[in-house]
Amino acid sequence: MDGHGLVERLRRVVGDRWLLLDEHDLRTYESDGLLQYQQVPRLAVLPGTGDEVRECVAACAAAGVPWVARGAGSGLSGGALPIKDGVLIVLSRLNRILEVDLDNGRICVEPGVTNAAVSAAVAPDFFYPPDPSSQIVCTIGGNVAENSGGAHCFKYGFTTNYVTGLEVVLADGEQVTIGGKALDTPGYDLLGAFVGSEGTLGVATKIWLRVVPVPEATRTLVAFFDSTRQAGEAVSAIVQAGIVPGAIEMMDATTIRATEEMAHAGYPVGRGAALLVELDGAEAECDAQFAQVTAICAEQGSDDVRVSRDEAERQLFWKTRKAAFPAMGRISPNYFVQDGVVPRTTLPDVLVRIDELAAEYGLVVANVFHAGDGNLHPLVCFDAAVEGQAARAEELAGRILDVCLEAGGSITGEHGVGVDKRKHMGKMFAEADLAAFQRLRCAFDPDGQANPGKVMPTPRLCGEVPGVYRQHPLEAAGLAERF
Amino acid sequence: MGPTSIEEAASAVAELSKQGARVRPAGAGSRAEWGGADADGTVTVHTGGLDRIVAHNPGDFTAIVQAGVPLAALQRQLAREGQWLALDPPDLGGTVGGLVATADSGPARHRYGGVRDLVIGITVVLSDGSVARSGGTVIKNVAGYDLGKLFAGSYGTLGLVAQVALRLHPLPAGTATLVATTGDPATLAAAVRAMSRHPLEAQALDVAWRAGEGRLLVRFGGVTAAARAGDATKLLSDVSGSPAASRGFDVDVVLDDEAIWAAQRAAQRGPAVVKVSALPTDLPAVLAAAGDATVVSRAALGVSWLSFPEGTDLAGRVTAARTALAPHPTVVLDGARLVAEPWPAPDPGVGALMRRVKERFDPTGTFRPGSYVGGI
Repeated sequence: MDGHGLVERLRRVVGDRWLLLDEHDLRTYESDGLLQYQQVPRLAVLPGTGDEVRECVAACAAAGVPWVARGAGSGLSGGALPIKDGVLIVLSRLNRILEVDLDNGRICVEPGVTNAAVSAAVAPDFFYPPDPSSQIVCTIGGNVAENSGGAHCFKYGFTTNYVTGLEVVLADGEQVTIGGKALDTPGYDLLGAFVGSEGTLGVATKIWLRVVPVPEATRTLVAFFDSTRQAGEAVSAIVQAGIVPGAIEMMDATTIRATEEMAHAGYPVGRGAALLVELDGAEAECDAQFAQVTAICAEQGSDDVRVSRDEAERQLFWKTRKAAFPAMGRISPNYFVQDGVVPRTTLPDVLVRIDELAAEYGLVVANVFHAGDGNLHPLVCFDAAVEGQAARAEELAGRILDVCLEAGGSITGEHGVGVDKRKHMGKMFAEADLAAFQRLRCAFDPDGQANPGKVMPTPRLCGEVPGVYRQHPLEAAGLAERF
Repeated sequence: MGPTSIEEAASAVAELSKQGARVRPAGAGSRAEWGGADADGTVTVHTGGLDRIVAHNPGDFTAIVQAGVPLAALQRQLAREGQWLALDPPDLGGTVGGLVATADSGPARHRYGGVRDLVIGITVVLSDGSVARSGGTVIKNVAGYDLGKLFAGSYGTLGLVAQVALRLHPLPAGTATLVATTGDPATLAAAVRAMSRHPLEAQALDVAWRAGEGRLLVRFGGVTAAARAGDATKLLSDVSGSPAASRGFDVDVVLDDEAIWAAQRAAQRGPAVVKVSALPTDLPAVLAAAGDATVVSRAALGVSWLSFPEGTDLAGRVTAARTALAPHPTVVLDGARLVAEPWPAPDPGVGALMRRVKERFDPTGTFRPGSYVGGI
């Protein structure tokens, strides 16, 4: 690395203070929210402006050194895992809100701004709908990289539906603006391709987002059922009535027990499932539909429907839901958060199948998830101190993904592929599909320098002739593996 | 050439590509002129034989549809379950594949987003005959790159769109439209601003402008649509600080509103149509540039269509409007033959990147070379 003078060049860009070379300093960045993978990078830079990011990337390109961009590091798939011999570009200093234009429903921010800060900047009349549970700490740049979702996606859509423009630094150090403040920039929708590309197509240095008016009214209830099957059928009945709730979240018995111990919201421990339903929108429409939802929950077998009487109670309902992950620590020393998706109508059967698998492996799996869009978050509990249990839990988590795929779903709904799920990509996509992904990757980053080793099952070379599979000479020589 | 299966389409494309032919995928031909003419000798691959609705999953609000299925036929089938694909372009929309390839849209774009937002999975045939799929059949999915967005609006220049998985929506229980008429562009723009800043949850928010008279059209859906349309008229009073009528607004709430929207969609087509990408606050400038054109604007999105009537020097009028609208990017859709270049020049950096995408996906230059933005 130093043979190319990279360290000195980066020092000239960011200065001593923002260049980290010491291993103790670098340990801060050795993983993202997925702690199973750790890697200390060779060095980290903390540029302060988009131009500095561009110069850092250009320096890496000149030296032929790969790099990883990182925001708050709250990602859960190892997407921001550093590379051993690579540069880590930390974007936390790019945290300025550049423009708020409510007449046009737009905000322009730097990538290190947190998700919650975007909504705060346009409050009280507007908000930014995609809201990952980590919204207080996760950054918009990370949201763009992962196409992050959250509880409100079923009605409001995902990050990709809200990004209108990006200033991007490509792997060769060139800076381009794709899309813009206005919609429908003529040409290929590179914006749509970039959002959710997990840092493999470049790094965003400026982001234009759509924001929308805060709904006139919000109505929230929690209904308790004997089983997740009953609750799942209630979800289907609500949606088939033509109602699109702002959020529908489900917790199973294990989760209810764990969260109640922590949040003390008065949830009945022992019940099979809790369904949190929130409607928002125009007040009259909201009221009419809320009466319908309440009736449907009762018809589908809930004898305990609690409607929030005020904002404090609504917050308590949500606090309970959002406490689910941390609360799990009370019943299990360790857990994996899985992130599979199934067609919503298959939810009841899939949940039964997950229970069967949990029994087969002798492990507890708690379920808490976005029921509206079928995005499951099974929490596979284990004790790392017990030999072999972590490995068994990981295997079980993988089996759960198989169940999701068999049901017609996806291996990730919002956490991304990262390093964690690369090995599952070949189950979801055929060779030709992965080859098509590679065409896009190579168009943006022919040398594979931006976040290599993520998303794709194994690295490929862009020099390959695309199309029908032919063995690469490196493969033939046993030097590279396909997947 | 008219393949009847994706496999047939793939081998046809592979063979044509091997022969060095140029290929143009085509659906119903309802937007045939858009994007300009293809080179002589270009072989058209018609997708009409790819006519299967592969799956409709009412409980999941999804459908899997081959490219040649007419949008109107799809909507009829979905309506039986009280659902629809929330895309309502003019002319009943041609085929699903053509709709995806051109990313055409109608008034429902306001509420539901465009083609890019409703395609959750895509299957494409590339020039070497490979069949590639991205996305899936669930609405929430971030596995792999989102090629559906890349192909939406690519005008058949990257490959042939063979099949798509779509997100569906419930048909609204009822609709009602607030119609406010004024001759003052500034008042119209102020009303759009007031409506856009309010949480109306409208199905559509359009402006129509022709010969010095404008209409604001706000459509509501749901069991309370009529009441909400009525309530929204109060916002027009806020625009002027006085009752709407005194400011020159003629206000009406129309319950049986389908004809209004059919007319609005139809006005998006014409002998020459220029689409402009701007911002909602640019509306007065767009109206000022229109000349004798009818303007249809998705006013809260900032996207507008200028539809020019036949008459003397149609090309000159189109060019004048495009000049007046610069630097906002404009595209000539209908009447593309009238101008030397229907597309705007892309930013050089983005243009180079788009060219690289084209070269990777279609290295043989099989699909409509030279017909897209920047001569791609």
